[in-house]
Amino acid sequence: MDTNEHVIEVTDLRRVYGGGFEAVRGITFSVNRGEIFALLGTNGAGKTSTVELLEGLARPAGGRVRVLGHDPYEERAAVRPRTGVMLQEGGFPSELTVAETARMWAGCVSGARPETEALELVGLAGRSGVRVKQLSGGERRRLDLALALLGEPEVLFLDEPTTGLDAEGRRDTWELVRQLRETGTTVLLTTHYLEEAEGLADRLAILHEGRIATTGTPAEVTAAQPARISFRLPDGYFLGDLPPLGELGVCGHELDGRVVRLRTRELQRAATALLVWAQGERVELPGLDVRSASLEEAFLGIAREQEVAA
Amino acid sequence: MSALVLAPAGRRLRALARAELTLLGRNRSAVTTALLVPLALPFTVRPALDGMDLQRSGLNTGTVMLTAAIGFSFLFSVYTGLVSAFVARREELVLKRLRTGELGDAEILLGTALPAACLGLAQSLVLTFGCVLFLDAGAPRAPYLTALGVLTGLLLCAALAALTASFTRTVESAQVTALPLVFVSMLGSGIAIPAGTLPDRFASVCELLPLSPAIRLVSGGFTGRLSAAEALASAAVALAWLAAAVFAVRRWFRWEPRR
Repeated sequence: MDTNEHVIEVTDLRRVYGGGFEAVRGITFSVNRGEIFALLGTNGAGKTSTVELLEGLARPAGGRVRVLGHDPYEERAAVRPRTGVMLQEGGFPSELTVAETARMWAGCVSGARPETEALELVGLAGRSGVRVKQLSGGERRRLDLALALLGEPEVLFLDEPTTGLDAEGRRDTWELVRQLRETGTTVLLTTHYLEEAEGLADRLAILHEGRIATTGTPAEVTAAQPARISFRLPDGYFLGDLPPLGELGVCGHELDGRVVRLRTRELQRAATALLVWAQGERVELPGLDVRSASLEEAFLGIAREQEVAA
Repeated sequence: MSALVLAPAGRRLRALARAELTLLGRNRSAVTTALLVPLALPFTVRPALDGMDLQRSGLNTGTVMLTAAIGFSFLFSVYTGLVSAFVARREELVLKRLRTGELGDAEILLGTALPAACLGLAQSLVLTFGCVLFLDAGAPRAPYLTALGVLTGLLLCAALAALTASFTRTVESAQVTALPLVFVSMLGSGIAIPAGTLPDRFASVCELLPLSPAIRLVSGGFTGRLSAAEALASAAVALAWLAAAVFAVRRWFRWEPRR
């Protein structure tokens, strides 16, 4: 059945806020069962606006969402028992303790696992008696994650799950998410941490101004981007003194003061030619930096392209 | 099928109401208001009652005090308390978080309102027995009318609290947004001033205020001076307000803070 393949299906989705601001401008993607899918983007790119539509918290202004084959807004009762949600922030009364919050939530979930088990998963079992208002930001994120996991959901929505966590907490959360994938859980997460998307996601989409700028596996998205070489021009040299850039396999360049930045899809050829030239001229290339494409390059490249286009 | 649906719904409501009760118990100002105001205020208005001609309306000090006390309980323990609770839960994003789960919207509102409504009910019972035993209110002549009045009053207070919370931005401003209904009800619905002592033309308008029918039923159940037609008319007005409030809440209730 089709729905077993695509656990989440989003078609031409739009969201418009009361003031007329169009936060989501027609996006389409799907997530397969057991996959970790990351929505990546800067603040204001439309990540949370999108996830809230998938969670069924708001009705789309246009387009279609299907989660496990159902409309999450109209068919709430059919979807909710099978999904777990972690909002971007808060959502717990500050005067309840961790244990009381978990007990309350467990009472509202069908087939809940024991509360202590969920708290142990995120390493909060030792903090049961502490009021929510006394938790650190990272502990609150972990409490939120524990509650999202209480119902052993088939689909998990995590909106910036590691924001506010320290490095260790972040690694623990990643490990937990990977374990969930092994048990067949489908995970959709948003993040603005590139290494999180790169290390965790099977596939990702980079959102920019409410649209998907690019999508694919981290390797595919990265491969679509050029590598980069940068250096300062040696004294007495000008850009025109370099060998013809086209022959180096360079597909784009910019000059920022005396710093040259070259973009290439043939990194080895371009770098070799450049270094051979420098050796022939007996000059140093100060601040030489050669790097293959990374998700960060892809991310910045997309933001730059869109700015140029605008 | 209905049992299958109702069982988890009951469990969810219980879980939510239990958490809400814990929160109510930890909110010192809510506890103080809830416990002291309905008990203390009627006794402060008692001196004023001595100057009124109550016999004409079939009232005595005991029944007037009882009505006032139950009215105060409606307004302060249930209505104002719930306006703050709804606003606080919304601003802490608790309502939004709850909506991501299996609870339906009505369940969320009901579960949040349940402890305060139960508190109001408990206060009404204690006050009734107190007034019957110590203030010679006399046993109610038509207890079912009093019960109906208490029930509609509690429901309406909860629904109106949700509605008031829809246009209240912060817990602090809830003290202001709750005032109009509190004032109007105290003066016009027979809580601080017995309805029978109001000028006739004014009184017939005041009978249409939201809490008037509930108070009238509570009081009428004690005095027995409410005809079947009057009781039905009161119940109809209460029902109309309840329907309007539920409609308005469904239409305008805010589940998230404004951005």
